[in-house]
Amino acid sequence: MSDTMAGQSAGQTENLSTKSGANRSLWGDVRYELVRSPVFWISSILVLVILSMAFFPQLWAQTSPNTSGACPLQNARVKPSADHPFGFTNAGCDMWASLVWGTGKSVIVAILVTAGTVILGVTFGTLAGYLGGFADTIISRITDIFFGLPFILGALVFLAIFPERNIWTLTAVLTVFGWTSLTRVMRGSVISTKQKDYVDAARAAGASDLFIIRKHILANSIAPVIVLATIGLGSFIGAEATLTFLGVGYQRPTVSWGLLVSEGQNLALAGFWHLLVFPSAFIVITVLAFILLGDVLRDALDPRTR
Amino acid sequence: MGRYVARRLIQFIPVILGTLFLLHLLSTLTIQVVGDPVRALFGENAPPAAVIDQMRADYNLDDACLEQPGNPCLGLFVDRLGQYAGGDFGINFRGRAVTEMFIERFPVTVRLTIIALVFETVVGILMGVLAGLRKDKFADNFVRFFTVALVAFPTFVFGTLAQLFIGLQLGLELRNSDWAPDWLGQMLNVGYNADYPWLSLVLPGVVLGSFSLASIARLTRTSLIENLRSDYVRTARAKGLRTRRIVGIHTLRNSLIPVVTYIGIDIGLLLGGALVTEGIFNIPGVGQLVWLAIQSNDTPVIIGVVTILTIVFLVANLLVDILYAALDPRIRYE
Repeated sequence: MSDTMAGQSAGQTENLSTKSGANRSLWGDVRYELVRSPVFWISSILVLVILSMAFFPQLWAQTSPNTSGACPLQNARVKPSADHPFGFTNAGCDMWASLVWGTGKSVIVAILVTAGTVILGVTFGTLAGYLGGFADTIISRITDIFFGLPFILGALVFLAIFPERNIWTLTAVLTVFGWTSLTRVMRGSVISTKQKDYVDAARAAGASDLFIIRKHILANSIAPVIVLATIGLGSFIGAEATLTFLGVGYQRPTVSWGLLVSEGQNLALAGFWHLLVFPSAFIVITVLAFILLGDVLRDALDPRTR
Repeated sequence: MGRYVARRLIQFIPVILGTLFLLHLLSTLTIQVVGDPVRALFGENAPPAAVIDQMRADYNLDDACLEQPGNPCLGLFVDRLGQYAGGDFGINFRGRAVTEMFIERFPVTVRLTIIALVFETVVGILMGVLAGLRKDKFADNFVRFFTVALVAFPTFVFGTLAQLFIGLQLGLELRNSDWAPDWLGQMLNVGYNADYPWLSLVLPGVVLGSFSLASIARLTRTSLIENLRSDYVRTARAKGLRTRRIVGIHTLRNSLIPVVTYIGIDIGLLLGGALVTEGIFNIPGVGQLVWLAIQSNDTPVIIGVVTILTIVFLVANLLVDILYAALDPRIRYE
């Protein structure tokens, strides 16, 4: 981190948290907070497990449910047993394997969407907040218009017309409707950073706009974006699963959580409770892990909320 | 107040035009890229070209600009605005007017939304006040944990689980038992029952409202804590007012201002969530109309209903904003 920032936030730290005392930088203080929080450890271990399932499913379940012969029909809807504690899906696949191999579908979309929304949000938010005036008016009005369209409804119209729905269309749609909230947060954060004395000092010393944005503005206003992006990862997983559940997301024979829940919904009422409960549990635990992580990050980054 | 309302109404025009244009732009661009939905409806067994052309004309899909990728189709947008103003939101693939189906089903969705709103505001504010008054005590920690956990349940997951465990397993027991009153069993039902137009919507309403309940509880808590520290509370206490009066009359009224703003935004969330809840609980509302249209690939219905719902959302938001100004004089004089 830059020296200016460390110096600046050390002053902040002294005022705000007398308990942690020493001359720690903002990020040092954040680290101090985090390693002492059990919630941080639990949620980051969960997140690591989920990420490893997403990228290396073979570590957790050897055979993909999409390989031939993995899903004998006589196993369809078989309830949990000691050998297969999660039971079998409606198609006769092992439920655990289906859930593990379905993790990637949800998580990768969420990661791509988060990357996309962060890039768009940081760019437009910085432009609007730093330049102000005309650029700000245009960008703010555009975000206003996007806020007028309820998220699920907008995504639905878009996806309903697409004949093919896959990772890329889902990512595109979720990004188009997701970038505005990050833009607003970044804009607000940049505006408050812009008024700090060290920005005036840098400008008086002859620094160019680009240098000020790069060295001072970005580093000092990114914190709320990190928090929102972490929580966003969780909520995009939920959003993808919702769209898939509604029938406009992933299509069969893709293995995905949303599809498993929609399959399990009616069959659960007929007594096959495991078809619904396990996919639901996977979705809830994943979303929860990201939200908890975002929450501890927020508490650590923004001492006022403590 | 009058000037504020007038200014707010004038601001409303570009927002609603912009949102409708965004919706129009998204649907036209998609149609330009992937081809029109009439063809998608038939798949491989396409009828004669004349039939397709006729259908295209019926659904307003015969405009030449729909075949030019990148063209924003401004002419078509103006035409559509004219149709919207006249109450025409298109027809479904069987020839019924979307507006007619919408009006028929809207009361059910309104009832569901009202139940959800009442539930989330009453329980949310209560929980928020409880947590705010006992900051860092057990009640506060419980509410904070509970709200985080609640947000982790997407509406469709919570809905399907509630239907299975509450509606079926617990509810069936109640409905079959001799001791439980009839209304209790109907309140926890697996689906909509036309004989109990309010009671059978209670469980779906609770499911629908639970997501926003968490936000309302947290907002109330944070702003209550902030307000309890303010000078006017100290003054009130110094005057010897009882705590109940300080919290109930002075602090709470100020703390609810952000909650009112949130409710405005929340109506959009609820309308989107109603789609999921109505699909799961088989409620014959507007959301189910979209749910069924998705399954039968009836694109004109999806676009039509979403357009109406967007307008409903924006108007509701406008009303909340005006209400907000009535609550908080600072907004009016800004």
